[in-house]
Amino acid sequence: MAARRTLLLALAFALAPLATRAVQESALDQRVDSLAHELRCLVCQNQSLAESAAPLAVDLRNQIREQLARGASEQDVLDYMVARYGDFVLYRPPLKASTIALWLGPFALAIGGAILLVRRVRRRRAPERELTEAERARAAQLLE
Amino acid sequence: MKLAWVVGIFAALMVLLGVGLTLDPREVPSPLIGKPAPAFELPLLEAPDRVFSEKHMLGQVWILNVWASWCPPCLVEHPVVSALAKQGVVPVIGLNYKDAREDALPWLRRNGDPYRLVAFDAAGRIGIDYGVYGVPETYVIDRQGVIRYKHIGPLTADVVQRKLEPMLKDLKHGG
Repeated sequence: MAARRTLLLALAFALAPLATRAVQESALDQRVDSLAHELRCLVCQNQSLAESAAPLAVDLRNQIREQLARGASEQDVLDYMVARYGDFVLYRPPLKASTIALWLGPFALAIGGAILLVRRVRRRRAPERELTEAERARAAQLLE
Repeated sequence: MKLAWVVGIFAALMVLLGVGLTLDPREVPSPLIGKPAPAFELPLLEAPDRVFSEKHMLGQVWILNVWASWCPPCLVEHPVVSALAKQGVVPVIGLNYKDAREDALPWLRRNGDPYRLVAFDAAGRIGIDYGVYGVPETYVIDRQGVIRYKHIGPLTADVVQRKLEPMLKDLKHGG
């Protein structure tokens, strides 16, 4: 009995590094995947690197993995990509002079639309007049 | 009055759409323009034991043309590249991208080899450093080793005439 327990324990110790490696690997997988979702595949521009099957996307995913495994941070990898392909590779481009319309345009449109809508609704409501005494009396009569 | 508004907004949208249609979303401005050409050392396609580095070209204006035998547009631009190389204004270096020697060498034999030499980037690593995403791509690199221009997609006689030739002349005489 004791011997069997020792054996099990020994086995557990022997396998532990393998298990940790598997955990590390899957953590790396996740980091690669979440980064790949942030990056545009330039070959098929409406897909992210994570979704695309283009050969370049495969190469770039391998690049991401290699760099993360080497200890690079997420930002390092993003910088690496931007240095080569420009802001266009980022699905969330940085806020700067050349992208200001991109970032603020939708809000400007939404606010403009809301203002138009409010004005229109107000104008339509305005002609609604109060009932006259005679109409009120007739309404009361009808309701009785 | 109201109709004028609707027509006005519609017309504005049509103009935006029209402008949008003339833009090519594949032409992504390269962040590498004005930056030093990324360093590399690659074996030659024709001679695996010899090495080419972008440093060998320092001091002269040159063109780097990225191509592959599996890339149909490369075949389309090949006569234009050949004509450009034949003019001899500047050396044209090939970068054979993600290709195999047994495909690339027969391709050159079949279609003619306009390149002064061809660097062999089998893994496509140097391509990534140069921001290549759609072969063919063509780079103009100046004497200081700075990338001055990048053309994505097949070169046309028109692009060569209107863009490359004036630029090469400028670079050769000026900077």
